[in-house]
Amino acid sequence: MTAFLTIIIVLFIAIAIWQMVKIFDLAQVGVSDNQVANENDNKVNAYLMIGFLIFIYVITIVCFVLWGDLPLMSNSASEHGPEIDNLMIISMIIIFIVQTITQFLLHYFAYKYRGEKGKKALYFADNNTLEAIWTIIPVIVLAGLIIYGLFTWTSIMNVNEDDDPLVLELYAQQFNWKARYGGNDNTLGKANVRLINLDNANILGLDEADPNAQDDIITTELHLPVGKPVLIKMRSQDVLHSAYMPHFRAQMNCVPGMITQFGFTPTVTTAEMRQTPEMIEKVANINEIRKEKSKELAAKGEAALDPYEFDYILLCNKICGKSHYNMQMKIIVETQEEFDAWMAEQKEFKDSLIK
Amino acid sequence: MSTHADTHAHDDDHGHHHKETFVTKYIFSQDHKMIAKQYLVTGTIMGVIGVLMSIMFRMQIAWPEEPNILFEALLGKWAPGGVMDADIYLALVTIHGTIMVFFVLTAGLSGTFSNLLIPLQIGARDMASGFLNMISYWLFFLSSVIMVISLFVEAGPAAAGWTIYPPLSALPMAQGGSGMGMTLWLVSMAIFIASSLLGSLNYVVTVINLRTKGMSMTRLPLTIWAFFVTAIIGIVSFPVLLSAALLLIMDRSFGTSFFLSDIFIQGEVLHYQGGSPVLFEHLFWFLGHPEVYIVILPAMGLVSEIMATNSRKPIFGYRAMIASILAIAFLSTIVWGHHMFVSGMNPFLGSVFTFTTLLIAIPSAVKAFNWITTIWKGNIQMNPAMLFSIGFVSTFITGGLTGIILGDSALDINVHDTYFVIAHFHLVMGISALYGMFAGIYHWYPKMFGRMLNKKLGYIHFWVTAVCAYGVFFPMHFIGMAGLPRRYYTNSNFPLFDDLANVNVVITIFAIIGGIFQLVYLYNFFASMFYGKKAEQNPWKSTTLEWTTPVKHLHGNWPGAIPHVYRWSYDYSKPGHDVDFVPQNVPLMEGEEELHH
Repeated sequence: MTAFLTIIIVLFIAIAIWQMVKIFDLAQVGVSDNQVANENDNKVNAYLMIGFLIFIYVITIVCFVLWGDLPLMSNSASEHGPEIDNLMIISMIIIFIVQTITQFLLHYFAYKYRGEKGKKALYFADNNTLEAIWTIIPVIVLAGLIIYGLFTWTSIMNVNEDDDPLVLELYAQQFNWKARYGGNDNTLGKANVRLINLDNANILGLDEADPNAQDDIITTELHLPVGKPVLIKMRSQDVLHSAYMPHFRAQMNCVPGMITQFGFTPTVTTAEMRQTPEMIEKVANINEIRKEKSKELAAKGEAALDPYEFDYILLCNKICGKSHYNMQMKIIVETQEEFDAWMAEQKEFKDSLIK
Repeated sequence: MSTHADTHAHDDDHGHHHKETFVTKYIFSQDHKMIAKQYLVTGTIMGVIGVLMSIMFRMQIAWPEEPNILFEALLGKWAPGGVMDADIYLALVTIHGTIMVFFVLTAGLSGTFSNLLIPLQIGARDMASGFLNMISYWLFFLSSVIMVISLFVEAGPAAAGWTIYPPLSALPMAQGGSGMGMTLWLVSMAIFIASSLLGSLNYVVTVINLRTKGMSMTRLPLTIWAFFVTAIIGIVSFPVLLSAALLLIMDRSFGTSFFLSDIFIQGEVLHYQGGSPVLFEHLFWFLGHPEVYIVILPAMGLVSEIMATNSRKPIFGYRAMIASILAIAFLSTIVWGHHMFVSGMNPFLGSVFTFTTLLIAIPSAVKAFNWITTIWKGNIQMNPAMLFSIGFVSTFITGGLTGIILGDSALDINVHDTYFVIAHFHLVMGISALYGMFAGIYHWYPKMFGRMLNKKLGYIHFWVTAVCAYGVFFPMHFIGMAGLPRRYYTNSNFPLFDDLANVNVVITIFAIIGGIFQLVYLYNFFASMFYGKKAEQNPWKSTTLEWTTPVKHLHGNWPGAIPHVYRWSYDYSKPGHDVDFVPQNVPLMEGEEELHH
């Protein structure tokens, strides 16, 4: 209904504009027909330039105030998360400063040096000092950012096998995720999609003869023990997918025909994250929105929305087909004991096969 | 070549041409000015389609799965009961991207202004080859028609995103749009690339060979430098996309495995073995990244020219501007990997591409500062073209700055493929290039059609567009940083994002208003062709050669001899002259020194 109303309004606006345009046109017959800007145009548009500068500043402030705390800027849940966040904040500050200054100069000059009769512009075509200044300053700033960025990148992407990480596999298919753990030996068995056998429920194509595969555990939720490095190997069976875990500042594409990987260490359990003040506030806000929405739905005779409780999620972030928008998996970070207990409940691969 | 190679030798007898029929004048024209107009009108029509699509999918994002009469009317079976289908959502996003990037901002922008301005500004009778130029346009037309036809395919148009990554784009069973729709997409793009290459070769040859006497490379207007370098980038990178498209066609239709390996889909293992989708990504972005400069450089050229003219000042740092165009062009071919930081390629490559990518900020910064200095102490004439040029610099800065976040591999991990990316590239190359195109149209409309555009409508058009552009894309940065992925049909399956829903409504409302106000422009554009005020020969008091040609078009441009050039193109407000502009064809006064020579 909202959409319908919008369209009606939109149509009316369109017609109104059309009419306005015609009136403008008619009104201009006989009046000065010169279509080159005159002094009055220069003045009006110069003031509008200042107005626009203010608009840019206002929209920046409004966005930061209203939505600045939405970003997952301060609640990272992985060891490398704060590194990325620091770099992000530094970059944002630099951007903010440069943006504020350059937009000011641009619009202020446009206002100040508006055309006036009898004025002559300055014939100023070149100045090597100025050119050098605004070549060298970006060079220095960028050199700093590049070096900082590269250190961060390298430390994130370098997986240290000595840490004895928990190795697990994320398996993507249209349109869901599976996780596979190495089991007692913490070693993933060999697998290839060519070995998939739906008849005996070997859905991930594990090599049934491989001893390492026997105790593998396949799940539809991703459980991670807190504080332990995890190395995620990724596979896809059909098209490209991307495993995006925003709270952990982690993302990697899943590519058919090759294995990709991403390693990180979760630092905050799901239970702890739910108790942080920011998260309590965010969840309360979301539930408020859902309550409102439920009222609307109830009016239409539809079922109300469930209240929201925070969970880490894994989203597909590479267009993968019709239900791309709903390809997700719950991630649960828990203590080692909870993790072990959960793991003990799961079926090993050899027992999950239909004989 | 032969018909025009001799034009320099026989300057004088070119004015009287054999009589032209309707067909040779308006349809199969070989006159660069007519071809420019053909490009512009075709590009405009494609632009209307592209913008309409964006408004439709924005409505879906703001009011997900709600019945909408617009959908019902325009999407037919794809919107049963007026509710948009998820497949067509992806198709709309895909075709919107394709149309805007290639058909509007490459062919519509570069095709229009390179064709119009290269011969006129360098002092040539026409392009080096009028015939190839005509073929180039008609191939573009053909590819546009095929792209539009693909919208009506039974199983739906291509829907794998404008980057058409395989295997999604290669397997009809992965997605309806990857059947006939994708075939037509690929055929259309292959023809488009052929068109683009013919055009680019023509531009390069013309600029190198047909400059009038005195028009040295360092006297060229920056427009020509921009078109020239753009054409070179196009020649270097478009064939790579063509090869990628051809290989993909082979994979799709002839069973090869260039990009595919180990695929199990819908219950069966496919035969493909040994290929890699990452290879496609490399090939695609080897064009795809230079492509954004193919889009933005011509806009930069137009804006430089318009800013100087309307500030009544020389462009600041002419040589630095040329150097930065060349630097950008060079760097643009070695940064493509920044689209692939999380593609699974070796992380070391990520480091290399971060380095090269951030370097490109340096020439970009030089350009931005030079534009700002150009208007400093000017005598700014606020013509609509000038407003769009200032708007260009504004959005180019805003959008460009977030590039240092996306170009930084470590930061890209978390914002890759989110709305942050959409905000970034729409501002820096979408809106900016569109502003450059509008600026060019407002400025050279008198040259194209012999009439003026209405300035009041131009002002309305600019200010509403400017507000809406920020209104649409600025908030997108924030929902991107909140982790919202792009290309989601609806976010309602993620309660985590429920607090972003109202932002999406705000964005959509700005998009709708902005879209509607483009009607003002369309009206102005078409009505002024017939009812606009008749243009003077040099309405903006500009120095470049195109304004020395008569208002009424001649095939051959100048009725008499081609003017010779004695100075660079930016002698505005030069001390010692009574008028505030000295055209390039005016000889130096006694004792006058030419800057830069």
